[in-house]
Amino acid sequence: MHNDHEITLKNISFAYKQRNVLENVDLVIKKGEFASIVGPNGGGKTTLLKLILGLIKPDKGVIRIFGKPPDKVRQQIGYMPQYAHLDMNFPAIVMDVVLMGRLKKSNLWFSRKDKNEVLTAIDEVGMTAFVNTEFNELSGGQKQRILIARALCSNPAVLLLDEPTANVDHETEENLFSILQKLNSKMTILLVSHDLGFVSKYVKSVICVNRQVVIHPTTLINGAMIKDIYHGDLKMVRHDHRCSEEGHTHD
Amino acid sequence: MIDMFYAIFDPDNLFLKYAFIMGALASISFGIIGTFVTVKKIGYLAGAISHCVFGGIGLALFLQVNAGLTWFDPMLGAVLAAIIAAVTVGLVSLHAKEREDTIIGTLWAVGMASGILLIDRTPGYFNLGSYLFGDILLISSKDLLYVACLDALILGVSIIFFNRFFSVCFDSEFTSLRGINTTFFYLLLLILTALTVVLMVRIVGIVLVIALLTIPSAIASFYAKRLWQMMIYSCLLCALFTWTGLGLSYSWSLPSGPTIIVLSGAAYLVLLVIHKLLKSY
Repeated sequence: MHNDHEITLKNISFAYKQRNVLENVDLVIKKGEFASIVGPNGGGKTTLLKLILGLIKPDKGVIRIFGKPPDKVRQQIGYMPQYAHLDMNFPAIVMDVVLMGRLKKSNLWFSRKDKNEVLTAIDEVGMTAFVNTEFNELSGGQKQRILIARALCSNPAVLLLDEPTANVDHETEENLFSILQKLNSKMTILLVSHDLGFVSKYVKSVICVNRQVVIHPTTLINGAMIKDIYHGDLKMVRHDHRCSEEGHTHD
Repeated sequence: MIDMFYAIFDPDNLFLKYAFIMGALASISFGIIGTFVTVKKIGYLAGAISHCVFGGIGLALFLQVNAGLTWFDPMLGAVLAAIIAAVTVGLVSLHAKEREDTIIGTLWAVGMASGILLIDRTPGYFNLGSYLFGDILLISSKDLLYVACLDALILGVSIIFFNRFFSVCFDSEFTSLRGINTTFFYLLLLILTALTVVLMVRIVGIVLVIALLTIPSAIASFYAKRLWQMMIYSCLLCALFTWTGLGLSYSWSLPSGPTIIVLSGAAYLVLLVIHKLLKSY
């Protein structure tokens, strides 16, 4: 076991209703990594994330985080789910939502320290003006930022994010990723995304999941590789976000 | 309306005074548990539990009369049925993902039907209508004491575990990642719901229990920014509806249960329309 290996999956298989979602997967995430899990729908992206979180158990294989089973180190993992899974009518202000990140088995009530940690985390995602705003009045991108703050306020060593850019506009995406880039100096980040073209500009490596797992450094991504992952030609839209004055060209 | 206020304090009308005190006491439990039921969207589960309670009452009456088990009074049957139903319904909703509503619908119907069958096979006369709509005018001082104890229990548990319940209702998956036993707190919530249903079914009936659990909280959710605010609004609305309903039913000689239901249902529909209109402009 290497000290800088934060997450290791060894020979993991997972089946759902007799269908193999993941087959003999090996994966190592090193400390300080900023990686995105990409792949087609039903390819096992979310399953991989849930296995790492310990929400589901693999049929075969071993998962270790900081050298321990996932459910033993949950306190050190920050998790941001998709906000679309949450009830849009739930009466809660931003403070209430982020305080959940300070939940502990041993404490029934939140202390002043908990509240201060929450305020720091909200500040880190640039949402201080919204502490007392109703969570449901926020836009999609603002909700994502609040859920990142909730994951951050337990001071995790690893941050896992499920589709942080789902249902948000372009500018918000850029904004979210610049926040994540800043956080990456302090923690390992692993996210799930359906949008390979976009994330490849920011992340250090891409983990392709389609029953099997292949890791690519982002510098090597090209059309042939994507074809390989998705098993077929895709309509690809490249958005490099760096347009010249004459506009940009597609290749 | 004025003569009603005199009537409440008339010593000959003790039942009316009890009914009003009961309305206030019941509102505390209904407001708190109703809020949880509404935000967690488990009104359907509460409905199934309350109909299973009817099965328990039927079984107790049947055994008391036919098997001579005099110690097995309907209250005991109701509590047992409610707790078994709460745990069953809770585990079904956690584990039987695809068939959840079918299984719970079956429990709902079978609970009710077996209650009716058992009561039919029990000699003596039982007024089925009073189980459905309750008879708030038959309340004794012992009932008031029971409901006061229930209030104390529900207030206590809800205050101690407020943050746990909040988190389980808002985002159960994240809560379990923080090391909290979400299954335990979900089942605890269902058992508290079951206890509320049991005590109240005897007094207000099965139909009214569902109405008072869901309608005040549904209205409160239009105006509340935070969960505890929603609970306070629900309690106040619940008291307002039961008191106004009792007043109307006394003044116009109407049955109290249905009056309260129609009143709160109408208020909900009107406020729902106003709320939607205000939001769209």
